[in-house]
This record gives sequence, structure tokens and C-alpha cells, in this order.
Amino acid sequence: MQRHVARLATTLALGLALTGTAFADPVDDSLSIETDDGVLEIVTTTAAPAHLSDVMDTIYSGWHFREDETRALQRDDFDNPGMVYVDRALDSWNKAQGAKGESCAGCHEGPESMKGLRAVTPRVDATTGALMTVENYVNECVTDRMGLEAWGMTGDKMKDMLALISMQSRGEVVNIAIDGAAAPFWEAGKEIYYTRFGQLEMSCANCHEDNQGRYIRADHLSQGQVNGFPVYRLKDAGILTAQQRFVGCVRDTRAETFKPDSAEFKALELYVASRGNGLSVEGVSVRH
Amino acid sequence: MTRQFWLATAAMLCITSPVASETAPSAVTYVDGAIDVSLTGSPGDAAAGKKVMTTASLGNCVACHQIGTIPEADFQGDIAPPLDGVADRYSEAELRGLVANAKMTFEDSFMPAFYKTEGFTRPGAAYSGKAPTEDLPPILTAQQIEDVVAYLITMTE
Ligand code: HEC
Ligand code: HEC
Ligand code: HEC
Repeated sequence: MQRHVARLATTLALGLALTGTAFADPVDDSLSIETDDGVLEIVTTTAAPAHLSDVMDTIYSGWHFREDETRALQRDDFDNPGMVYVDRALDSWNKAQGAKGESCAGCHEGPESMKGLRAVTPRVDATTGALMTVENYVNECVTDRMGLEAWGMTGDKMKDMLALISMQSRGEVVNIAIDGAAAPFWEAGKEIYYTRFGQLEMSCANCHEDNQGRYIRADHLSQGQVNGFPVYRLKDAGILTAQQRFVGCVRDTRAETFKPDSAEFKALELYVASRGNGLSVEGVSVRH
Repeated sequence: MTRQFWLATAAMLCITSPVASETAPSAVTYVDGAIDVSLTGSPGDAAAGKKVMTTASLGNCVACHQIGTIPEADFQGDIAPPLDGVADRYSEAELRGLVANAKMTFEDSFMPAFYKTEGFTRPGAAYSGKAPTEDLPPILTAQQIEDVVAYLITMTE
């Protein structure tokens, strides 16, 4: 019921008729996070990147569309349930777990060596020409350099590590390359974003572009940005990758989903990430 | 043709067309978006229709529409126009067409087509996320469509 109260207040403040389908705006608020190293300002609202200028002026982190209590959990690392996974990954980072006792730390030193990576991925790797997510990079080391079986793309080990690596870029501005070698992947992702899938015939854009700010039943529709990923989701009491979230959204259109790490979802992640160019990486965000 | 084949076909027909007078989704005729005759050949049940409209796995109309006459359904969405007074704006035939396939009235509508079984991109078996293993049923049965229509025509203001 809480949102009804909030909406009532907003509607009255704006002096609109209660029956009007008023555009329920993202909450006007800003995010600074108490971290071990002091306060970090996060860009959660900014001008839309040029490639979106036809469809919107402003981009918002999903943080703006969540309830007060959920937003509060992200203001202090002490309260953010996602930090448990980051700690767990730090143990994994230092552990001699390779076939010959290799550890991530042995080759990369501290996790700070990963600074900046999350802000520019998915990207086309300059040497191999392959489209790479952070998870793909991790698995390349796990298999080729440590002689282990690949980690499951949405398994705990992988998600923990993704959380730790994302945290190294927290506060950095998302800057996904969309031209050059990335262009064909970006186009493919865009095509998927605007395709109306499933028996409900709904595209990502139908919900996250056309109806952003509105309520679909109890859900306040955000722009479906991925700058906050991995997210700690209260509903699942666990962390989720962007592509896991895509699976849920596609399934909810009564469609056959794509799998995490499929060519389709990798291209889609690149495209969706580029719609957030200008927002900050949030490390591990908190959503309901 | 073997005898088994015919038996199997006969059994399938029994399942897919439970009532002889029912119009299948692919056989529906739309005239300017409207469907003139009942899909079951008889009027629906408004009380059952109300249930379909508020059940998430069925019509879930309240996900997008506000329906003032059903205040007990909480968290009504604001994606689409409120349905109150809808019977003053549309005839029964138009309402039947809107519920069966709103895209026949509003081109490219965001509203799902509840009585349609073909022409989808990567349809799944309901909300499983998996490809269907059998012919896709419509989201609502002919009876459920008629039940919803029966409720909608009570919505005068
Ligand atoms: C045997 C040494 C070795 C081990 C062990 C190792 N890596 Fe790597 N890793 C590399 C090398 C070499 C590269 C390529 C560096 C480059 O291209 O600049 C790399 C690249 C990466 C990258 C991409 C970085 C970038 O900026 O492009 C990530 C992410 C990564 N490793 C994560 C890990 C993780 C997590 C572990 C532990 C599970 C690990 N690595 C273990 C050697 C190693
Ligand atoms: C039927 C409407 C609908 C469709 C279609 C849909 N989503 Fe969503 N999506 C939601 C809802 C509801 C949420 C949870 C609230 C929110 O953040 O909008 C959500 C959340 C998300 C989030 C999490 C945002 C955050 O900050 O936590 C991402 C990312 C996302 N969607 C991406 C997509 C992509 C990509 C597609 C297309 C493949 C898609 N969605 C299709 C309804 C939809
Ligand atoms: C996913 C959102 C969604 C759902 C679910 C939905 N509708 Fe709609 N509906 C719409 C939209 C959007 C419109 C406005 C037409 C347009 O512009 O496409 C609409 C229009 C209508 C109209 C015409 C209203 C008017 O005043 O012009 C009726 C009647 C209607 N819907 C009935 C229903 C019924 C009954 C259900 C449930 C069985 C339902 N809708 C489910 C989105 C939805």
C-alpha cells in the first residue's frame, strides 16, 4: 500500500487529477555511499547518450525507482547485503585453487588491478576480436591459465568474483564502445531490444522505454539499466548477473528465453549497457 | 494411413475442440476490431470473468488497468486507460474483439492478445521460459473470454 500513499502525495503536489495516468517519475534523490575509504558519489541520473537522443533525454539508474528502504540499503556498505559476496570472492581471489596451485592474486596481485574493467565491458577484445563479458575473462583464466573446469556463468563462484571485480570500478562512469569492432554486436543487441517476444508480444523497449516510470501491477518500471549489476535482489536473497535478469524478463513475456552467455544475451548486454553510458558503475547494487 | 493414426487424430480433435460450437482462435472474424458473435455460442458468467481479470496467470487486467469496481485487487497498474465506464464507450462486440486481440483495434497495442495462438516470436510454454512441446493454447479459453466480456458489459457509469 505504501506506494499508493507516495503516489497520492506526488499527484496532489503536482496538482493533477487523481484519475489521470500521471507519469510516476523516478524518485528525486541522490546517492552517496559510505565506504571504508570515505564517501563515494554515484551518478544515478544524467543526460542520455547521443545514440538515445531520439527516444529519451535523461537516463536513470534503477535505484531511483525503488522504495525508500531499498534505496537506503545502498547508502552504506555496512548495510548492503551484497558485500558478503564481495568478501567471499576476496578469499577466492587469494586462494591457490589452480591445478598447479595458481591463484588470481599470484598473477594479478590485488583485485585493484581490475579497476576500470567493469565500466567498459562487455567489449570486443582487442587481441582476439571476441565479445567479452567480465565473466568470459574470468573463465578464460580459470580454464586456460589455471587448468580448471569452467565456472558456471551464473554459479556462486562466478557471481562472487563478478561482484569483487565490479567493485573495483565503483563510481567510474560507464563507457561502452559501440562503434568499430563493437558495431555489429551493438546492432544485434539493439535488434533484440526492440523485438516483441513471446505470447505476450513484448519487447524490452515496450516496458523499459515506452512505459518507464509507470506501474505494472506493483512494479515501478525502471529503464532496465545494467550499471548496478551484479545486484543484490531482496526477493531472491542473492546476487544476480545482468543476463540472469534478462532471463526473468524474457520469461515473463511467455517467451522461450535465451541462455546466459548465449551470443544473443551477450550482444543484448552490450547494447543495454551502452544505454547507461554516463551513469556510474554501482559495484553491487540493491534492488527489491 | 494406419488405424492408430486416425484414432490419435480423433483423440486430438476431442481435446482441442471441447465444444462443437466454439470458435477456434484462428477461425475468429474481426470486423473493424469487433467480434459479433459469442465465441462459445452463449453468454459468459460475469463473476467468473471478474476472477479472470484479477488473476495474474490469467487475464491480469489490473496489471495495466485501474478498475474502480474491483477495489479488492491491490496494486492496480497505470499503464493503460482505467476500465471504468468502458461499456459506455464500446459495444459488446467491440469489447469481445478488444479482449480477444486488442491489436485488431489498436495497431501494435501493448495489450496482449488473449485469444491468439500463432504468429509469435519465440513463444514459450506459459511462464516456463522453455519452448512449447505442444500446440500453443490461447492465454484465455473461449469461455474465459466470454466471462470477461460479461463482466465488462456491466461496467457502465
Ligand atoms: C597464470 C596467471 C593467471 C592467473 C592464475 C589468473 N590470471 Fe587472469 N589474466 C592473466 C593474463 C596473462 C591476462 C591477460 C592480461 C592482459 O591481456 O592484459 C589475464 C586477464 C584477466 C582478466 C581481464 C583483465 C583485463 O583488463 O582485460 C580478468 C578479469 C582476469 N584475468 C581475472 C582472473 C581471475 C578472477 C583469476 C582467478 C580465478 C585469474 N584471472 C587468474 C593471467 C592470470
Ligand atoms: C513486461 C514488462 C517487461 C519487459 C518486456 C521487460 N522487463 Fe525488464 N523489468 C521489468 C520489471 C517489472 C522489472 C523490475 C522493476 C524495474 O527495475 O523496472 C524489470 C527489471 C529489469 C532490469 C533490472 C534493472 C535494475 O536496475 O535492477 C533489467 C536490467 C531489465 N529489466 C532488462 C530487461 C531487458 C533487457 C528486457 C528485454 C529482453 C526486459 N527487461 C523486458 C519488466 C519488464
Ligand atoms: C500489458 C498491459 C495490458 C494488459 C495486461 C491488459 N491491457 Fe487492456 N489495454 C492496454 C493498453 C495499453 C490499452 C490502450 C490501447 C492502446 O493504446 O493500445 C488497453 C485498452 C483496453 C481497452 C479499451 C479501453 C478504452 O477505454 O479505450 C479495454 C476494454 C481493455 N484494454 C480491456 C482489457 C482487459 C479486459 C484485460 C484483461 C483481460 C486487459 N485489457 C489487459 C494494456 C493492457
